[in-house]
Amino acid sequence: MEPDAVAVQSPLRVIPVERQPLGDRPVKIDVAALSFYYGNQCALDHISIQIRSNLVTAFIGPSGCGKSTFLRTLNRMNDIIPGTRVEGRVRIGDRDIYGQDVDVVALRRQVGMVFQKSNPFPKSIFDNVAYGVRINGLARTQSQLRAAVEKSLRAAALWEEVKDRLHDSALALSGGQQQRLCIARALAVEPDVLLMDEPASALDPIATQRIEELIYRLKADYTIVLVTHNMQQAARVSDVTAFFWLGRLIETDRTEKMFTSPREKLTEDYVTGRFG
Amino acid sequence: MNRTARRKLLSAVFVGACTACVLVALIPLALILFFVVSQGISALNIEFFTHMPTPVGEPGGGMANAIVGTLILIGLGAVIAVPVGILSGVYMAEYSGSRLAGAIRFAADTLNGVPSIVIGIFVYGIAVLPFQQFSTLAGCVALGTMMIPIIARTTEELLLLVPATMREGALALGATRARAVFTVIMPAALPGIVTGVVLALARIAGETAPLLFTAFNNRFFSTRLDQPIASLTVQVYTYAISPYEDWHRQAWAGALVLVTIVLLCSVLSRFATRRLERMHAR
Amino acid sequence: MRSRDWGLRIGTGLFGLVLIAIVAAIGLELSRQSTLSIQKFGIDFWRTQTWDPVAGEFGAFPFIWGTLYSSILALALAAPIAVGIAIFISEFCPTWLKQPLIFLTELLAAIPSIVYGLWGIFVLVPAVRALEVSMPATLRQLPFFSGPPLGVGMLSAVLILAIMIIPFTSSVSREVLKAVPVAQREAAYALGATRLEAIRAALFYARTGIVGAIMLGFGRALGETMAVTMVIGNNPQVSWSLFAPQYTMAAVIANEFTEAADDLYLHALIEIGLVLFAITLIVNSLSRLLIWSMASTQRQSSAAVAIAGEAAA
Repeated sequence: MEPDAVAVQSPLRVIPVERQPLGDRPVKIDVAALSFYYGNQCALDHISIQIRSNLVTAFIGPSGCGKSTFLRTLNRMNDIIPGTRVEGRVRIGDRDIYGQDVDVVALRRQVGMVFQKSNPFPKSIFDNVAYGVRINGLARTQSQLRAAVEKSLRAAALWEEVKDRLHDSALALSGGQQQRLCIARALAVEPDVLLMDEPASALDPIATQRIEELIYRLKADYTIVLVTHNMQQAARVSDVTAFFWLGRLIETDRTEKMFTSPREKLTEDYVTGRFG
Repeated sequence: MNRTARRKLLSAVFVGACTACVLVALIPLALILFFVVSQGISALNIEFFTHMPTPVGEPGGGMANAIVGTLILIGLGAVIAVPVGILSGVYMAEYSGSRLAGAIRFAADTLNGVPSIVIGIFVYGIAVLPFQQFSTLAGCVALGTMMIPIIARTTEELLLLVPATMREGALALGATRARAVFTVIMPAALPGIVTGVVLALARIAGETAPLLFTAFNNRFFSTRLDQPIASLTVQVYTYAISPYEDWHRQAWAGALVLVTIVLLCSVLSRFATRRLERMHAR
Repeated sequence: MRSRDWGLRIGTGLFGLVLIAIVAAIGLELSRQSTLSIQKFGIDFWRTQTWDPVAGEFGAFPFIWGTLYSSILALALAAPIAVGIAIFISEFCPTWLKQPLIFLTELLAAIPSIVYGLWGIFVLVPAVRALEVSMPATLRQLPFFSGPPLGVGMLSAVLILAIMIIPFTSSVSREVLKAVPVAQREAAYALGATRLEAIRAALFYARTGIVGAIMLGFGRALGETMAVTMVIGNNPQVSWSLFAPQYTMAAVIANEFTEAADDLYLHALIEIGLVLFAITLIVNSLSRLLIWSMASTQRQSSAAVAIAGEAAA
């Protein structure tokens, strides 16, 4: 993989972004004409997008444009909100996740989620990471469980900091550590896809940078979809960027292209800061 | 005096009046506690806790059977009330907007406001009349019925306080709703729920009216569910309205025990609530 | 799978239905067990003043009289004090004093009725008797103070009821005041209001809630049994006099239930219980409606739950 362009510079580190033609990557999530309604109000209007494996796809757009709502349709988290309606198709693997007889619980194992504000359970660090493993029956013995917890914490770059205090309360960790704990917790159930809803918005720059490095490393093993209101973050971290506006998907393309020469004028106005 | 000065004076008078209200309310509290402690402490001895009541007119004796009776009544009452109360509370919290939740809420608040004597009549009708006999079980049903709405409302309130992101976090990991509720949300609210149950127990331990014609009273020591049973409150009542000095003293002692239980539970609950608040504030 | 969640809904919903069933069952059982009396006496039951079970005469008017008289008077005494306390705690109280004061009011609320009654018999009644004895002859002419100074009677009952409902009414009022948005008071202050005037603004905003809180206290007073029966004298007479021993609905049930020799007697007492149930149901529902309507206009559902939780505790 020649880093034929070191795409974007962050003030703290330079993160190389691969320039492999996107068409080579298999499609992980195939969304066709997805519309989403809160009662009668249309929040998402005929969204079609293909999210490819082992890449970071970023959703950007002004607040209220529907990017978080769309993210939540990918693991059917919106189901818990009463009075909502979905039309269209979201295909993961070979099945439409909104089809009949779809096991939502299994879906949520396959498509994990990290939330904007870290939400560790009021349990110990160990029990937080082990929670998903336990309820999904992924470990049959205590040692398997411990191994799974360690693996997840390492993957989330948190192991070294907590390995000696696994049974302390998770609430005692700092904000950035709690968010990495939530990432570890999500990774522990061995998903294919990781949905991240503004994962670093509540964190300071140093913690944010660590999350971004983590995302970069994780994409080797997972497909990552990231919602962010921070365009610079999208530019730093993602391979593909999708721009949402007022419930519609305006444009999707490789990140550098989106930020340097987008097709749509609306996109250009947004990324150059003419509105936001 | 000019208008501003008059307004300010009125304001000051008002503040004074409110302060006076506080003092007026505290005076009876102080008086009650004073008398209960001073009168009760003299009759409070080991004998009180370990002896049975002596025949009418004879001095000495204690309230051992009554104390045990109260413990049994509130214990078994809790066995009835806690599952119904907590699970109703879960429904009200989880399906908060639904019509059934509204109906349950209304029923809980109504049941809370029903005079305890009326509950006594109700349980008399369903648990005493059919068997033609007063019983411990009837008393437990009466007390349990009174506990249910308290526990239900407390559980609902506390479950609603748990942040929604906690449920979402659990669901996103592949938990079913039931799992999310019972393995994440309830444990988070558990300290408060336990406190609520303890407070409910303390409150019904002091109830007399519903026991008057359900558990009735029993001069002897009994733990049988199908027989009447003595209780601290009914015993205090019986002694208080009797003409015997010695029984009056014992009534004060019984009152002291009741007030101490109440005080302990109130203090414990305050302590627990503060710890809970500190935990959630993080 | 959504069907998995139905288990939770049905499972917990069933227990909720049990709760509803209990309330319905109370109404049904009370109605069922009072048919003899309802059929025999009809509405005259509540207009007749003579209650003489031995002679077979059952007139329940004295009990309604006693209940309403004692509760209304107690409320008149307690409501201003309770609201005053609520205002003090939420407006003037220095922070260090707040928690201890709240604790003390809760303590007052938690003291069992029987302890109030005990204190009532041995401390309050002698004090009231002393007061009655020392009342000047001119006042004794008034119908409110006529009759022998026994100590036990309406005055003792009113006083003890007032003490008992103050803490409850006060804590619900406090929750109601908490639900008033800070912006209301700030707006008043910004216009140059004194402390009193700003509080009046908040009180006006909260007026339905406070009325609801007072009504809840009224509902409590109506159903209070033990403390009342120990100090009211238990005499089924109708009298304006505060000195006169009288009777309330709850008290007569408590006293005479186990002695009801025949079915008619029992049914008469249960009919009294039924009406007591109905009255408290109406009063409590109305009061909660008032409180809810005030809290929900601000869409502060958590405040409403907290108030109801306060009222439940």
